[in-house]
Amino acid sequence: MNIHFFKLASLFYLFGTLFYSAYILFLKDSLSKLATIIVTIGFVSHTLALLARYLEAGYTPVTNLYESFSFFAWMIIGILLIANFKYKIKVLGAFLTSIALIFMLFAFALPKEILPLAPVLRSFWHPFHVTFAFLGNAIFTLAFCCGVIYLIQEHQLKSKKMGAIAKRLPSLKVLDDLNYQSLKFGFPLLTLGIITGAVWAEYAWGRYWGWDPKETWSLITWFLYAAMLHQRLTVGWRGRKAAIMAIAGFFAVLFTFLGVNLILPGLHTYSNWKP
Amino acid sequence: MLELIIIGLNHKTTPIEVREKLAFEESEMENALSQAHSLPSLKENMILSTCNRVEIYAISQNAEKGILDLKDFLSRFHDLPLINFEKSLYFLIGEEAVRHIFRVASSLDSMVVGEPQILGQIKAAYTLATESNTSGLILHRLLHRAFHVAKRVRSETRIGDSAVSISSVAVELAESIFGSLEQRSVLLIGAGEMCELAARHLVAGGAGKILVTNRTYERAVSLAKEFNGEAIPFDEMGQGLKKVDIVISATDAPQYLINHDQVVKVMKERKQSPIFFIDIADPRDIAPEVGDIENAYLYNIDDLQKVANENIKDREKEAQKAEAIVQDEVTKFVHWYQSLEITPTIIALRNKFEEIRKGELEKMLSLHPNFSEKERRSLEALTSAIVNKILHDPLTRLKQNDGEAMSDFYINTLRTLFQLPERTGGEIKEED
Repeated sequence: MNIHFFKLASLFYLFGTLFYSAYILFLKDSLSKLATIIVTIGFVSHTLALLARYLEAGYTPVTNLYESFSFFAWMIIGILLIANFKYKIKVLGAFLTSIALIFMLFAFALPKEILPLAPVLRSFWHPFHVTFAFLGNAIFTLAFCCGVIYLIQEHQLKSKKMGAIAKRLPSLKVLDDLNYQSLKFGFPLLTLGIITGAVWAEYAWGRYWGWDPKETWSLITWFLYAAMLHQRLTVGWRGRKAAIMAIAGFFAVLFTFLGVNLILPGLHTYSNWKP
Repeated sequence: MLELIIIGLNHKTTPIEVREKLAFEESEMENALSQAHSLPSLKENMILSTCNRVEIYAISQNAEKGILDLKDFLSRFHDLPLINFEKSLYFLIGEEAVRHIFRVASSLDSMVVGEPQILGQIKAAYTLATESNTSGLILHRLLHRAFHVAKRVRSETRIGDSAVSISSVAVELAESIFGSLEQRSVLLIGAGEMCELAARHLVAGGAGKILVTNRTYERAVSLAKEFNGEAIPFDEMGQGLKKVDIVISATDAPQYLINHDQVVKVMKERKQSPIFFIDIADPRDIAPEVGDIENAYLYNIDDLQKVANENIKDREKEAQKAEAIVQDEVTKFVHWYQSLEITPTIIALRNKFEEIRKGELEKMLSLHPNFSEKERRSLEALTSAIVNKILHDPLTRLKQNDGEAMSDFYINTLRTLFQLPERTGGEIKEED
């Protein structure tokens, strides 16, 4: 059942991506509205998929790579819908939906069976840890998109080409504001994710911190975002620098999420994932 | 047949000196409309008079006569010999005239293609004609179609989307940097006309506080007063740079007033908050390297002009799409217009035959008073049948042909051959 909803959601995200892209091409507001409706339906379907899987498995379904990709994508779409509602930056849809779609496609290729939960994952802290961590990640994904769009728009302005591209993109200020907002919300969430992880580690392995690759990389990511926040508040690292940092931060997030699992063996490498 | 005619002149055909003389002032418009209306060759008329064009739209039974009368009217009303402006006039009849009105309303015929004012001006002109009772059924329909076409062009093309003047480009750029101009402060360096003009545009776009600095402090004070702003002494310009978001510079200083290192320093003090320099001075006031500094954006007059030119090219591309829409709508309108003529013609033709039949029947019956009721009824039926039979084929053909290319020709032929009375109004349903 959960797989059906998952497939349906992926399909809706696909069409959402297409319609958001069509909006960028033709600049017809109706297209972006339609895309938002489609993506919202996809999000509902995705939520049902997660719920169904939760009921079928009996635990929060973020325990292997398939589930993590799906959960990450779900969070991204959720953030997109909130950002859409609050900021009305219509071009964001195409970026975020396509990233979510890519995650869905990755997930699609991965083993999806529900397996008995490994004892170490059976914890009160598990749902909190993954929710904080992935919500933070999703917000950093938004910051990443803003950063990319910012660099494009800034390049247009600096090179004095205010043509078709510049017309489609939001103002630098809006992008930079959203970048900062993302940082303000994303950083505490990342922090909470790490703390809940540490607490959980104490219960599971009897130590708060063990320099497992996942732990190390999440700390690196944390420092990166901490530096970003610090520099912005003290010496005014905004605009281009902030955009570049948001992009770099996102790659750190991706590596912590994926690279560690795929390349560096450690405690977070989930049992049923064999590349 | 009633024909739409246009007589007019515009910025392309006529220099401003002549246009001025032929323009209708608002106060004399009512009088002009009713004078034109009293011309026997005209059924309906309206006058569009803007700074770029003077045009009279009229419905006439005789297009050539109508145009002659209108020429004469223009000359009389403005007390200007026809010879002085006849060469500037253009005349349009029928389908061409419809296309012209649609193009004007969609701002395809404007000096700045895509500028939005013209539609409002036509609406006002039409309202005036309606209030003066000089417009009627056909102009009503035509103008409403024109508004519809303009709306379609606006929504289906991006003809009016981009800035094509230097100051509107500057406003657009500022919006790309700052989101909106609201609360954005502006520093004017120089108190000349150029600065003032640019500042006016920014203020109209919503800009907040205005600072003015000038080598002659008094002039800065007086310009600052106009904007409810604040004057600062010229040697404290650096202080101003710290505070504002947008800088407009237009002095006649022979060398750069603002250089790279100075701005780098200012940017630190501003905590890198973005700043937009608009250098409209010639020679330039701001060193071009300033544009390389992060979060500083520098556009000089040539850069602005370049963006404006790009946008103009863009508009021209969009204008081609708009022309296709206009063509589509002209076809629709002409179709409607021609269908106007068929129904009344059919009725007129039927009436004419019926009259002849009744007349002849009565004549005959009065000669033979001894005909029985039954015989009379038979004669009645017989003559009716003959008339119907005769009319059946031509009328069917005519109805089938409704709106086709030849229908105009058929209608005219019928009206001429059978000497049908002139059409009056007729009942036309408004469809939208």
